[in-house]
Amino acid sequence: MTQTATRPRVALFVTCLVDLHRPSIGFAAIKLLEAAGCQVEVPRAQTCCGQPAYNSGDRATAAALARGIIDAFSGYDYVVVPSGSCGGMLSSHMPQLFDNDPNTRARAEALAARTHELVSFLVDVRGLSSVNASYPGRVTYHDSCAGLRELGIKTQPRELLASVEGLNLVEMQEPELCCGFGGTFCVKYPEISTRMVSDKTADIVATGAETLLAGDLGCLLNMAGSLSREGSRVQVRHIAEVLAGITTTLPAIGAAQG
Amino acid sequence: MSRSEILGAIRRGLRRGPLPEHETLGLYARLNAHPRHLIPARSRLPHPAQVALFIANLEKEFGTCTRVASADDVPGAVADYIASQNLPSDFAMAPHPELQAIPWHNRPLLQAREGRAQASDLVSVQHGYVGIAETGTLMLPASAGRPTTLNLLADTEIVILRSSRITGAMEEAWDILRSEREGMVVGNFLPRNVMFITGPSRSADIESTLELGAHGPRRLHVVLIDDQAAG
Amino acid sequence: MLTTSPDFKANTTRSMNDAGLQKALARTRPRFPASRAAAVAKLPEFEQLRDIGRDIKNHTLANLDFYLEVWERNVINAGGHVHWASNAEDARRIVLEICQRVGAKTVTKGKSMISEEIAVNDHLEKHGIIPVETDLGEYIIQLRNEPPSHIIAPAFHLNREDWEESFRRAHTDLDPNRVFSERRDIMIEARTKLREKFLAADVGITGANFLIAETGSSVIVTNEGNGDLTQTLPKVHVVLASIEKMVPTLEDATNMLRLLARSATGQDMSVYTTFSTGPRRPADLDGPEEYHVVLLDNGRTGMIGTEFQEMLRCIRCAACMNHCPVYQTVGGHSYGWVYPGPMGSVLTPSLIGVDKAGHLPNASTFCGKCESVCPVKIPLPKLMRHWREREFERHLSPTATRSNLAIWSFIAQRPSLYRLTTRIAAKVLALLAGKKGRLAALPLAGGWTAGRDLPAPEGDTFFARYARQQRGEA
Repeated sequence: MTQTATRPRVALFVTCLVDLHRPSIGFAAIKLLEAAGCQVEVPRAQTCCGQPAYNSGDRATAAALARGIIDAFSGYDYVVVPSGSCGGMLSSHMPQLFDNDPNTRARAEALAARTHELVSFLVDVRGLSSVNASYPGRVTYHDSCAGLRELGIKTQPRELLASVEGLNLVEMQEPELCCGFGGTFCVKYPEISTRMVSDKTADIVATGAETLLAGDLGCLLNMAGSLSREGSRVQVRHIAEVLAGITTTLPAIGAAQG
Repeated sequence: MSRSEILGAIRRGLRRGPLPEHETLGLYARLNAHPRHLIPARSRLPHPAQVALFIANLEKEFGTCTRVASADDVPGAVADYIASQNLPSDFAMAPHPELQAIPWHNRPLLQAREGRAQASDLVSVQHGYVGIAETGTLMLPASAGRPTTLNLLADTEIVILRSSRITGAMEEAWDILRSEREGMVVGNFLPRNVMFITGPSRSADIESTLELGAHGPRRLHVVLIDDQAAG
Repeated sequence: MLTTSPDFKANTTRSMNDAGLQKALARTRPRFPASRAAAVAKLPEFEQLRDIGRDIKNHTLANLDFYLEVWERNVINAGGHVHWASNAEDARRIVLEICQRVGAKTVTKGKSMISEEIAVNDHLEKHGIIPVETDLGEYIIQLRNEPPSHIIAPAFHLNREDWEESFRRAHTDLDPNRVFSERRDIMIEARTKLREKFLAADVGITGANFLIAETGSSVIVTNEGNGDLTQTLPKVHVVLASIEKMVPTLEDATNMLRLLARSATGQDMSVYTTFSTGPRRPADLDGPEEYHVVLLDNGRTGMIGTEFQEMLRCIRCAACMNHCPVYQTVGGHSYGWVYPGPMGSVLTPSLIGVDKAGHLPNASTFCGKCESVCPVKIPLPKLMRHWREREFERHLSPTATRSNLAIWSFIAQRPSLYRLTTRIAAKVLALLAGKKGRLAALPLAGGWTAGRDLPAPEGDTFFARYARQQRGEA
């Protein structure tokens, strides 16, 4: 048991968006977890948390994916996810897929109890209050909905950002306002989604921040896409990139290369 | 027929028939006990502080208040208020024994017409049953001595309230009404209506901007008789 | 009320391009949330009151048949009448019969969503009886022949010019060149006009925020006083109430009232909260001679015992729509029926069918703000998801969505295939984006790229890179 307390075995749930679009976030997460004294593994039999199916009403697919996740992620002390919405899917919603299957439900609940979003894991479980990183400039932070309302992530990112050298956090008028991504929503109701994200980007731009951060890649892609369409110079990154100090070699989301 | 359809559909949804007697006994017991829920701490105060809270909340909601030492001072307070608002000195008055006992003749210019209000009334004087400190609210149950129209038709409503009738929370106001009216009307104890009034009429329908005097009175003034016993 | 919910998308396009509406939305958008937040901040017990409110409503629903029968007995004991209406048609017929029996010519109305639901105004007008809405917001939309766009502020989508224009058109006996120098002037004109109607009305129809089983009472909550003028002055008072408005006791209602005004407008208490029990008593000097309650089902019993039963806790405060970013973008009319916003998205399919109202529970990001402000803790996103499940089961979702989902779910359940597919996709997207780092257009992704760029992926998947790393390669 002492071994667990000092060097826990953490399984990283990469998330489908990080895997496909921006693996650096996954590597930043590993770096942060190892610096916080964890032993990190990445089970290979993972694809997606199933939220797209779940939110589209396809419980069967969501349950099938969930069974795979429960199998792949058993035996670890913790499961850590660099996303509030996937984290919420695993820890709040997944057990409810198995109302008719008490055994799987119990296993799902056990997994849920060990599952954490990355930043809240570092602060609330590993007791981190600072990081060794530098990111000079004005930064604003978007509170992604699931992370905020399902997982209570609010102060933890701000606590760690406050320790980043040179970083000046400027809050939006409405940091908690939904950016309009909503998974399938942004493609099912693109007009409404576009209007919502432009309200958000107006708020972002008004802060005068040079960089936008958040903990969810879906939100970040949505906001980055809108900012660049507007010709804005605001850079967009996942908070893990800043906390892990990999920003000097990694272009921002949607940034031109070279 | 709709009644049996609806009750039947409810029972089908709840997957049962009509409740067995031992369960209805429990529900009747709950009705008879009418238990209170959580009463916010803000009105749990000694009575003088409750009076102060009542006035503060009334004023927060655009009502006004004058305190007087006794019923004898009411005509003066009403006359002063009417003068300050440039109102006429005739008013419709609730035919309540406590109001009838006030020495209105001390201010002969004041002309009270007892009874319900008419549309042409500019001022009404109403009998305050209970005041609720938690929200600055007046509880005004309808009765022969407290017609409802006095709360609605006049441009300005003046309510005469004894401070000993100020209580902290609505639950306490209900208890007072229960104890004073129990059994007065066969079948249930409530009068035709009980109005809880918090400030003058208002609307924010026009461009979300608050305006007073939408349909009901645009002024609400309380004359508070400090009759609470010391200590 | 007729529905345009199937046209949700077209409705929203129109509303997002309606400059007047957008101006009105921008004006009201910060206010309701700020007022509510201020009221809640001042009441430390608010969270506990929410739990109590939820529990009171759950208890009542679990025993609704019992409480309805107790309430009915008490209404009759107080000298009132109860009319049970299974559906909108029954309810309309009952209201008309009451009005015709007393020879009513004019009927005044307090705000009642139920009256919209059953479309009683049209029915009365068809039979030569004139209904006059007296809530200021309802009055103006009646003049403009529009449906309400919000359940407690039905005219919040209008700007001052709209009010002035409608009043000039409708109040033809007044000087057409009169000036409305302040908003107050508009209100005073309405007050004067409606005062005549209040006094002339033969029947007054109100809704009910609550019904109280213990005493056989109905409760209305207003700030204007129009509900009270509507129910006190005419000879006959008719209450329109749906079955789930029931609470057991006065003390239960008191708890709900602590939640209602704060959640709706940020007031601690609305100006007029009135408990009505039967007609005037023999010694009363005023009040109606008859008191009728039309008790409506109209699809609610179909929700009991289902996963949607929790929606019946709703106390119609509108906090959910006041805080909903989708509602605040598209406004209430887009939803196409009586109940807009998150509560409308759950309730409307229950009442008019998910085949007609299917868009509503889909047009949500599940941000969860609604649930966080609901005074009775209705899990609105969860209930919307249940509607999506019903649609999926019944194949009501659009075919393209279903097929895309089926393809994706096939691949996602097979990690090796998934690895391969994602590697290809990542490379292709990165190539297409080139040095620019983003895509302005992408086939099959028009929904996204019409309004924003698609940032380019890094080009390698995480698993490809991780595997290389594990093998000791760069």
